[in-house]
Amino acid sequence: MLTSGPVLTAFLIGAIAATTSGVIGVFSVLRTQSFAGHSLADIATTGGAGAFLVGVNQFWGFLVAGLAAATAMEAIGVQRRRDRDIATGVVLGGALGIAALFLYLGTQHTSRTGASFSILFGSIFVVAPDTVPAIIAAGVVAVATVAVLSRRLLLTAVAPELARARGVSVRLTGIIFLAALAVVVSLSAVAIGAVLSTALLVGPAATALRVTRSPGKAVLVSAVTGLAATWTGIALAYESYYWPPAGHGWPVSFFVVALVLVAYLLSYARKPRRMPPRSPHEEAAECSPA
Amino acid sequence: MFSSLMFTGLMANTWIAATIVAVIAGMTGFFAVLRGEAFAAHAIPNGAFAGAAGASLLGVNVIWGLAVVAIASALGIGALGSKARHDVVTALTLVLMLGLGALFVSISNQYAQQAYSLLFGEVFGVSSADVPLIAVLGVLALAGIGLAFRPLMLTSAMPEVAEARGVSVRGMEIYFLVVMALATSMTVPVVGALLLFSLMIGPAAAARSITARPGLALALSVAIALITVWLSIALSYQTNWPLGFFVGVGGALFYLAGLAARGLAGLGGGTRRVHPAA
Repeated sequence: MLTSGPVLTAFLIGAIAATTSGVIGVFSVLRTQSFAGHSLADIATTGGAGAFLVGVNQFWGFLVAGLAAATAMEAIGVQRRRDRDIATGVVLGGALGIAALFLYLGTQHTSRTGASFSILFGSIFVVAPDTVPAIIAAGVVAVATVAVLSRRLLLTAVAPELARARGVSVRLTGIIFLAALAVVVSLSAVAIGAVLSTALLVGPAATALRVTRSPGKAVLVSAVTGLAATWTGIALAYESYYWPPAGHGWPVSFFVVALVLVAYLLSYARKPRRMPPRSPHEEAAECSPA
Repeated sequence: MFSSLMFTGLMANTWIAATIVAVIAGMTGFFAVLRGEAFAAHAIPNGAFAGAAGASLLGVNVIWGLAVVAIASALGIGALGSKARHDVVTALTLVLMLGLGALFVSISNQYAQQAYSLLFGEVFGVSSADVPLIAVLGVLALAGIGLAFRPLMLTSAMPEVAEARGVSVRGMEIYFLVVMALATSMTVPVVGALLLFSLMIGPAAAARSITARPGLALALSVAIALITVWLSIALSYQTNWPLGFFVGVGGALFYLAGLAARGLAGLGGGTRRVHPAA
């Protein structure tokens, strides 16, 4: 298994996607921006479809669409959680429409109907090795940005008024975070497919935040959990070529998602944390002005 | 300008089905937006895709697969969501369904084309036999919302007041998600999961950005959904471009127009009424 070129590339890209998603995922879960993370991944498919149409490497299409959408979401930008979700939803709805058009035009010209499927669900074994340096560079930039801004990100998420009082721009921090999120999500969209990259973004981070309350430790736990799930998933997918029904393997994305979910459910088996998780009423109360 | 052929023969089914879908999407979407459940509105139709893939693997009617998985997702999001972070549970439910969907598709090995039509819809292929089924399920979904209209509105707009009056906020949440799941399972084969989501969120968000009055916003939401769908069908018929493109972009444009209208009204010195949910 380890002598096959595509498999080694898959392990490498999977590792990058899993660790970067794990790190940034902790912040997106703390900031309750899972929906934005998932939407950016879906929107990246629009870019992927567009790139497929003009014959450019999909990675660039993913990246450009993700960044554009992040800007649009923050431009509509509403600070209350409910309204923010709606702004996200509107951008997502528009982008999916454009994706439908790109895919339609793409299949018109090339009659490759499988394209929509591989864009959505990804195919880690067919990533072009020459994309790897670009993927690594983008991942490093995104994680470095988040690391530098980590205190601001937490502060603006937990106590926006306090952040404003200290002269931190909540809006600017939000835009930078969404941009970094878009980059990371594009990476994992290439790796395990746009739709399922949400699994690596949300699952390990949510697991980590149940295991530890310290953001620093949570980042570490999250990255390690994501990495373990991805590598095990790739190995299982490789092995599954010998499983029934014979002839073709089970998808990597299925294994990764299953492992991530098992990790999350296992975190429930631990003793409850000192502080109870927040109830929806508390969140609702937080969203409405006193 | 438009060909009159688009109103004849097979297209009649398309117009009827799309009109029913638009009314339902406009209504359920209004509550989804009011309750801040845009993510669930995205996750339930998309996740239902796994049910369709599973049903086709087992050789069962796709609608049953869609309904079972959509309702299971709704119950999962509703039940777990109150214990943990709501968005995390929604995301993980969605991801689980999509992972299963990918597995089913890979096992059956012949489903990619159908997957495309479930995501993007096949409104131009609605048969006469489909129309009564869609109509019945549509009436059911509307009845589901109509019967619980007041508690739904109350728990959406003022959860504290609802709680004080003895209405279970959590119960209504699960109830609403199940109604949305029912609406989903019948509309997804017609318009596709992605388009359904656009149709639920775009018009409803636009309506809410135009007016703060709940009743008026609900009517506007349905009206904008209808206009979007009718225009989209006509444009799609003329250009041969996918319906999903026109619906998705149309919904977003209506929302932007609503924001712009509100911005202009605000600049003109008009005092904007604050919605109770704000």
